Amino acid sequence: MAFVRWFKRNLVVIAGLVTLGYLLLPNVIVTVFSFNKPKGRFNYEWQQFSTDAWRDPCGVADMCGSLSLSLQIAVWATLGATVLGTMIAFALVRYRFRARGAVNSLIFLPMAMPEVVMAASLLTLFLNLGAQLGFWTILIAHIMFCLSFVVTAVKARVMSMDPRLEQAAQDLYAGPVQTFLRVTLPIAAPGIAAGALLAFALSFDDFIITNFNAGSTVTFPMFVWGSAQRGTPVQINVIGTAMFVVAVLFVLVGMVIGNRRNRQKA
Amino acid sequence: MATVTEAPPLAPQPENKPPRRRGRLVPYWLLLPGILWLLVFFALPMVYQASTSVQTGSLEEGFKVTWHFQTYWNALSDYWPQFLRSVLYAGAATILCLLLGYPLAYLIAFRAGRWRNVVLILVIAPFFTSFLIRTLAWKTILADGGPVVGALNTLHVLDVTNWLGFTAGDRVLATPLAVVCGLTYNFLPFMILPLYTSLERIDGRLHEAAGDLYAKPFTTFRKVTFPLSMPGVVSGTLLTFIPASGDYVNADLLGSTDTRMVGNVIQTQFLRILDYPTAAALSFILMAAILILVTLYIRKSGTEDLV
Repeated sequence: MAFVRWFKRNLVVIAGLVTLGYLLLPNVIVTVFSFNKPKGRFNYEWQQFSTDAWRDPCGVADMCGSLSLSLQIAVWATLGATVLGTMIAFALVRYRFRARGAVNSLIFLPMAMPEVVMAASLLTLFLNLGAQLGFWTILIAHIMFCLSFVVTAVKARVMSMDPRLEQAAQDLYAGPVQTFLRVTLPIAAPGIAAGALLAFALSFDDFIITNFNAGSTVTFPMFVWGSAQRGTPVQINVIGTAMFVVAVLFVLVGMVIGNRRNRQKA
Repeated sequence: MATVTEAPPLAPQPENKPPRRRGRLVPYWLLLPGILWLLVFFALPMVYQASTSVQTGSLEEGFKVTWHFQTYWNALSDYWPQFLRSVLYAGAATILCLLLGYPLAYLIAFRAGRWRNVVLILVIAPFFTSFLIRTLAWKTILADGGPVVGALNTLHVLDVTNWLGFTAGDRVLATPLAVVCGLTYNFLPFMILPLYTSLERIDGRLHEAAGDLYAKPFTTFRKVTFPLSMPGVVSGTLLTFIPASGDYVNADLLGSTDTRMVGNVIQTQFLRILDYPTAAALSFILMAAILILVTLYIRKSGTEDLV
């Protein structure tokens, strides 16, 4: 009886933890199978413990090349989308102007469109223009679909900003540039950082849009996709595990810094 | 009293100032590069795609605009099963995401205490690991002789899903169940995060008030918590359903030729068969169907201010 009562009271917690397990199970499998020594080309069945792949993570032809290409594209796409997106977000929150509604829908539409539709239509554009598919077409596509997400993230932060802070700066004889650099930008920074982080993750992990617009260029997700047909090397799981660990550490460090800053303020 | 009302408010809004000639152009300069980018690489491609969908011809002879609307009809009559499947699978995945995601979002918002940030990180971190690698991991998890399939067999779950047509024989891989499982998994964070955001905004005192008025926990949930979390439910279901309906990765990696969705067809037509008019028509029909469904849904749920 006591157990049943306990179970009933903690039903939400139990169900939530089950979902968390469902979310993390593939990550566990990826980690475990990074220590596998598979027979044959595929790494789907457990054979034998081995640290070979960890000692030689770049031992597969073309894999680390595709990884560094994905990183480069993600960095440039993040830069492009963050600069353009932040400008749009400021314009939308701070100014009233004609065509504001139209601009808002143009920002919303890419997020409400299945990726395959955007990917296919962009490909028809490039085909019609006779553009060479590769690094530049991937970058153009990534900036395009990351843009809306950056705008949304920055907008949320700028909206909660008190405009009086900027007026106070101007009253204290700060010029527009000085006000922007020393007041506006630092306050908007967390929103911009969140947008940039989102853009980086989206670009780095994008498969569908890249698949259509890459030509013969191979990014990391495309390498993984190809390997699902040709044979999956264990090194893929090593990279997958490393990315998860780096992401968790990265967020943890960010939070510790954030907490310390908050405590200093208080 | 008059002095009080006439005193300038603490924060005179910028637009109350007399407009300066130079300042009025500022928003347009801010918008120009980004909007131009979206117009050229998002809106213009749609125009090109529309024109491609009414062309005829072949890759060797070249394509010409002939206003051949027959392509649309052919695409629909040839591929309606894939369209139907996309809607069904994406719908099933969305419902599963809501059922699975709600308790976790609730847990993070109200019950996690000092573990809140840790759980949040664990929900977000998979975003930074390649989703393709994680989807491939499901091949291992759902393998034919594996523990999951074994357990489902022992519990006679597979008997039920076989009967429903979700699985075939004693396997899960290469069946609709595997595809829906993959879709649910892939888009679950897109459900959890908006749910969490809207749950977190709810004032905890409302729960106490409901308790004081003798509402049982479930009644509190039904009458207070759930209605207040509706914005999260609406944006979560949209963020899950829209990408899931266009996805072809799960159907390809975890499914078989019998589980092909419309995304798979568009991908094959565009990249392998190179039948651009049909592919463009299919992609336009998908877009139109999504836009109509989403508009109806937003109307129905009465949260138009959401978007």
